[in-house]
Amino acid sequence: MENTILIGGIGGQGILMFGQLLCQTALETTDKYITYFPSYSMEKRGGTSDCYVTLSDEPVGSPKAEKSDYVVIFANQALKKFEDALYPGGALFIDTSVCTEKPNRTDVHIVEVPAGEIAREIGDARVANLCMLGAFIGYTEILPPDKVLATALKKIGAKRPELRALNEEAFNKGMEIGTAAKAAHV
Amino acid sequence: MDKVFMKGCQAIAEAAIRAGCRFFAGYPITPQNEVPEYFSRRMPEVGGVFLQGESETASAAMLYGAGATGIRAMTSSSSCGISLMSEAIGWMAGACMPVVICNVARGGPGIGSIQPSQQDYFQATKASGNGGFRMLVFAPSTVQEAVDMTYRAFDLAQKYKYPVYILTDGFTGEMMEPVVLPEMRSEEFLAAERKANDAWAVRGRNGAPKAHKIRCGARPGVVCTLEEKNIEDWEMYEQWKKDEIEYETYGTEDAELIITAYGISARIARSAVSILRKEGYRVGFVRPIKIHPFPEIAYEQLDYSKLRGILCAEMSIPPQFAYDVEAVVRKRAPIATCLRSGGEIIERSAIIDAAKKLYGDK
Repeated sequence: MENTILIGGIGGQGILMFGQLLCQTALETTDKYITYFPSYSMEKRGGTSDCYVTLSDEPVGSPKAEKSDYVVIFANQALKKFEDALYPGGALFIDTSVCTEKPNRTDVHIVEVPAGEIAREIGDARVANLCMLGAFIGYTEILPPDKVLATALKKIGAKRPELRALNEEAFNKGMEIGTAAKAAHV
Repeated sequence: MDKVFMKGCQAIAEAAIRAGCRFFAGYPITPQNEVPEYFSRRMPEVGGVFLQGESETASAAMLYGAGATGIRAMTSSSSCGISLMSEAIGWMAGACMPVVICNVARGGPGIGSIQPSQQDYFQATKASGNGGFRMLVFAPSTVQEAVDMTYRAFDLAQKYKYPVYILTDGFTGEMMEPVVLPEMRSEEFLAAERKANDAWAVRGRNGAPKAHKIRCGARPGVVCTLEEKNIEDWEMYEQWKKDEIEYETYGTEDAELIITAYGISARIARSAVSILRKEGYRVGFVRPIKIHPFPEIAYEQLDYSKLRGILCAEMSIPPQFAYDVEAVVRKRAPIATCLRSGGEIIERSAIIDAAKKLYGDK
């Protein structure tokens, strides 16, 4: 069993953190082989920022999967770049509060998450990635949600303790959307 | 043993510290920046020296100086940066310095690209400087291997009193994987080694008559002609062919086709082999773990009467690794290549397609 995940967006949106939280949780809760590969432009903020995550029962081949089971999109440019990198039947997660464009794929499941909007409603736009992470876990069930959240709070909490409650709320709201989308697709 | 999730470059630096490395000099270049960055933070914690030289040329010369004291020392760079270091690397081989050099390779030639590649194979294995010297060259495929090989590289550098080279690439340097870190070499161990190295290493004159203990062109503390030194090095390289060969194989017993690769390409090739075998193709896998000395024996052991061909996969155009394979296969089987270059990763699907083409009908 191999799960390949591609997360694409803009520097500063927490794209790399999203991937690392999946990997760190997988390391602590599974026996899987785990490979994470980041790809980003030179700009600290505003440039492209993408990462590839592979969780597998066998040693991982390429750190950059040719096609992914799940693609998570945080920006229009990432949608354009990575829409085709999804296997037919895979799931495409889109932050609809940032992505104004619509995907062309009709052979995949689309999970629309207004992550940025939810984050702003909660009180801080920076927790949008945790909202999307919640939706991703709620939909895919590839890792235990409580463990993912615990890893997130441990990792982000150390750096930004003031965002702890907001991150938790964002994650849970995302979970609800992801779980509901899963139920609707089944 | 606890696993930690680490980036290749940082894992290499931590493994070096644990192996007893107490001197690092280097200069920033993508994609190996996390190596010096990590050392800059970590070296003060273990009482070691971190130096950012004014250039690669200077940093490698500083490493020569550190090597002359016999302590465990290293540098790292990437491709065109390694080229700038090649003068000093030649001098360190000339003076038999126990140092470690790590190349986190990127595209070439010249400035090439900052993206990963495997275009430094010839430079690493055949001509890292002038004078025809050779080094032990490790080629890790995973972050765990990068850790283990870095750790061992320091022991081998001390064992042979010679530079040891790690050829990795930007993918392995930038990617993160879980690793088990080796134990920290004790201060007692390092002190004993330093004492043993008193016999040849630079320790200051202390009033003794002026003498060059370290000379480029002789083993430390030995007086000999350059030719005698060249012969001694050659004998060491020949001994490596007996003692230092490292490779792995999979499914070669019944193989009708062999896919061979090293480093980052090897892990992708290995996953292609698994898929092909599941589809019923009798495909085997040969991977040099050290790319110098080249594991000729791994290819000699193949049953050529069964083989339809050998596919070499590498991230270099034109191919380089494939030449070493050709040299040992000596036309006993057709050889094909599957290549990418300029920062593009080799795709598993491309390896599978090339293998099926070479295999022909099942």
